[in-house]
Order: sequence, then C-alpha cells, then structure tokens
Amino acid sequence: MSLQPDDVSKIAHLARLAITPEEGESLSRELSSILDLVAQMTAVETSGIEPMAHPLEMQQRLRPDEVTETDQRELYLGNAPQAEAGLFLVPKVIE
Amino acid sequence: MHHKTLAELSAGLAAGEFSSVELTSHFLERIDTLDARLNSFISVTRELALEQARAADERIAAGEAGALTGIPMAHKDIFCTRGVRTSCGSRMLDNFTSPYDATVVSKLADAGMVMLGKTNMDEFAMGSSNETSHYGPVRNPWDVERVPGGSSGGSAAAVAARLAPATTGTDTGGSIRQPAALTGVTGLKPTYGRCSRYGMIAFASSLDQAGPMTRTAEDAALMLGAMAGFDARDSTSAERPVEDYLAALNQPVSGLRVGVVREFMHGELDPGIAASVEAAIAELQRQGAEVVEVSLPNAHLSVPAYYVVAPAECSSNLSRFDGVRFGHRCEDPKDLEDLYKRSRSEGFGPEVKRRIMIGTYALSAGYYDAYYLKAQQIRQLIAGDFRGAFAECDVIVAPTTPGTAFPLGDKGDDPVSMYLQDIFTIAVNLAGLPAISIPAPAVNGLPVGFQIIGDQFQEGRLLNVAHRIQQATDWHQQVPQGF
Repeated sequence: MSLQPDDVSKIAHLARLAITPEEGESLSRELSSILDLVAQMTAVETSGIEPMAHPLEMQQRLRPDEVTETDQRELYLGNAPQAEAGLFLVPKVIE
Repeated sequence: MHHKTLAELSAGLAAGEFSSVELTSHFLERIDTLDARLNSFISVTRELALEQARAADERIAAGEAGALTGIPMAHKDIFCTRGVRTSCGSRMLDNFTSPYDATVVSKLADAGMVMLGKTNMDEFAMGSSNETSHYGPVRNPWDVERVPGGSSGGSAAAVAARLAPATTGTDTGGSIRQPAALTGVTGLKPTYGRCSRYGMIAFASSLDQAGPMTRTAEDAALMLGAMAGFDARDSTSAERPVEDYLAALNQPVSGLRVGVVREFMHGELDPGIAASVEAAIAELQRQGAEVVEVSLPNAHLSVPAYYVVAPAECSSNLSRFDGVRFGHRCEDPKDLEDLYKRSRSEGFGPEVKRRIMIGTYALSAGYYDAYYLKAQQIRQLIAGDFRGAFAECDVIVAPTTPGTAFPLGDKGDDPVSMYLQDIFTIAVNLAGLPAISIPAPAVNGLPVGFQIIGDQFQEGRLLNVAHRIQQATDWHQQVPQGF
C-alpha cells in the first residue's frame, strides 16, 4: 500500500501535526512500509467474526451522581502554558 | 545490600540489620556513580526518597511495617507522581509536574515503598529499544553498546544493574517482557484490568497494563500483591479480588501441562534462543511437568493487527496534547491551528508522529472497516486461539524475543524491523492475558528471556511456575560485569 506525499499532508492535517516536505517524503516511505506489514491481515477471511474492542467481558460501570472531587483549580492551572483569572489562554478563536 | 532480593531486604529491615535511610542512601549513591553509564533514570528524587525512608523507619520502629515498608524502588516515568516531573520520555511533558499520583503509585507508597526516582523509557511507551526517549537512549548493563529493550528500558536496566531492587513498568505490546528478557530480569505483565490504569499516561487503552520488574518471581509476587486491585477511578479495572500470590508460589509443578507453540518454535527461530528456551522447558519436565504441543494458527497476524489497533488508540489518546492546558506550547502561536500543529510537532518525536499518523489514517473515513475493524476481528481470532490452546494445557511457554540485545542504532531507519522484535509478546496483549518473562541461559554472554503465558487472571500460576524454575537454577542470579 503506497502513500503519496499528498495523502501524508492530509493525514498530518487531521492529526494536527506540521510536517516539512522532507519529513513528508520519509514519512510516505515509512508509512507505506508499515501499511505493507498491516496488509497481511487482508489475507485472512474474517466475515462474521465479532470485532473485539476489549479483552474482558465488561459493561461500563456507573456511579451515583454525587460530587466526589474537590475544587483544585489553582493546582491544575499550575501546568498551564498561559492562564489568567482561572482560565486557560489560547489565541483568538472567533473573529 | 544491592544484591539482596525484596524478600531479603524486608527481613533485613525487620531484623534491624540496616535502616530504610541507609538502604535508600546506598541506592541513591549507586545511581549517582553508575547511572551515567546507563542513563536509566530521567529524574532522581533524592530529598523525597530520604523523607519517605525516614517515615518508613518510623513505621518499622512502631511495629507497623508491611512486607514492602522501607524498600526503595523506581517508577517508569509514565506513572503520574504528585509534585514530581512526569515526562513520559517526551519533550511534550518535559515541563509537566503531575498534580496527582497514579493509583499504582499511591498503592506502592501506602505499602511503604520508597521512590528513588522516575526511570527512562521510549517516548510515550512507543518503542522496543529505549532509543526514542527525549532524554537519550538507555544502555544495556550487559553491554553498554547495546539496547536494553523497550519501552520500559530504564526500569529494566536499573534492576539489572542493581540501581534499584524493583521497578514498575508498563506493557502494551511487550514493553515489560522484552526489556526484561534483554537485560536478564523478571518482568510480569498482568491480565488486562488487574492493575489500575488511573494516572498511567495512556498509549493504547485496550492494551496497556502496569506490572512489576524485579530479579525474582517471588519479588514480583510481592510487588504485584501491592499493585493489583480494583480501582473505581479506572472504568476498565477488574472487579476481582487480589489473590495471595505468595501462598501459591511453592506448589510443585508435577503434572502441569506446559503448552509449546508450534508456530513459535519453527525452523527459523535463532538456534541460541531455541536452545535456551528448551533448557527452561527441560527443567520443568525434570520437575514432572508434561509438554504438549499447541497451536496458535493466527499468531502471525498479531504484529499487523497490533500496528493498527495500538496506533489508532494512541492517535486518539495523544490528541489531548495540544499545548492548551499542559505540556509543551510553541512560541508565539499565530492562531489555534498553528498552536496545535507546532506544539505537537515540536513536542513529539518521529516514532510517536509515525504512530499517530498510521492511527489517524486507519480510523479515517473510508479506511475504518479495512483497518481498525479488521484488526479487531483478528484480535477476536487470536483470543479464540488462546482459549483453544488453554483447553489442552495449563500454561503456554515461548521465547520472549527473537534475539538477544541488539546494538544501539541497529534498526536505523526501518520501523518495521523494530516492530518485529515484539513477535512473541504482542499476541498476549491483544488477548488481554497475563505473561511473565524470566531469565533463561545466556547466549554469547547476553541474557535471554523465557516467557510463560497464562489464561486470564492466572498470575498466581505464572509466578509459581517461574519460582519453581528459579529455585532449581541460577539463570536469574547472573550479574552484569561492573555492577
């Protein structure tokens, strides 16, 4: 399975990664070789097999709708690259 | 002191032969003098360790000590540790001080263990050689020009070099077992859901699992007993009581049916590895176990399926690293898209980017069925193969890796060649089963791992079989020269 640099740019945009043209070239080679590895799966017939999302037989647990966490806003904001008045700052989103 | 096992250290502390402060200082000094050769630690938490050691000594004096109180250890830098940098081996989190402790961290702290620091790892747990870390590669104490394996390379190397008597690791595709094999230590991946993933930075949520890395199965049993257990904060945590792993350790193995996988022991297996694995099997036979040939017909699909499932899940998990709330942010972002793209591209290394890209592609419109869904169906087939095999045997044995530790830089520009290092470990993660790697006879002076795989929640049995081998052999007692 061969990925062209154009495909690579589209995927990079979806993944919000900035790729230089050189990276685009080597990524297209590397990703193509990984996809060749993955293509071995297509040789096997799997129609009717239930996809396995999770190794255990489990249901999503629910809990009572009660407050259990405490307000630690200052602590959590401590790792923010930019914060003010208890809010995370980002470049303007809406014109 | 650094040659003592956890069990011996526990007895020594109880008998007053040494204090936790003395023990902790001893290991801190070994790290100071020896770790420059290995780079197995990202952060050493000297003051915190000594503080924890003093508190442990008080508990011991008050007669309130447990089996692990006062014993030093180190955590793979994937576990959130409150007030301490948690980098996940990445530039993306180089500036991140965790505001909370992972459940595994608080459980071991409650058991009284003393944290020496955070160990080096492949970036975001993606790798099999510990060469992708932002903090530089880790070196194998058996030959510093060779890799220790990955992604828990720092945790493995630290135990092998006696810089810590035990460490924690994580295993998504083999990341505890493979480095344990390449460095000659014991590493256990529990059943998926056995240990809490709360506070363990997520790579592939349906595969990730925490586990102990030690020099003996008995020590792994001690650690696992403290690490395991239901956690309400992890919605994939198993609601299953924790066994007494020590109680079952000494069960004789006569009559045990040991499954040898036909597809793994084929003609192309490296003869040195094959001979080493056969020596371990022979030891079990000597103790009365019975060998049965079993088949895992879809095992060859495990690497392709994994390299869809794991990257897909990682692309989703790593989307939280966007430069907004924590972690690396680029300078002077022009707009939101620039903020995301440059922060992520600067923060992540090449292997992480490759996997995010593959994952994004596999989940994108038009490709989901062909890739992700197909891989999940293969996963079902592989789990079915194991169920079939366990109808005929009690445990399955196999090599852990296809070869011994390879030189740094050996896999160069070929990601697929690196991925094939996990050929014997990955199927276990896809099926969610427990497995342990223990040292088998070395080949050309380099460690070799023997893997024992169990059915779900059979950690006690795995530890028992491993312990019985270790009681009769000395393969796990070898020490790398210079350490």
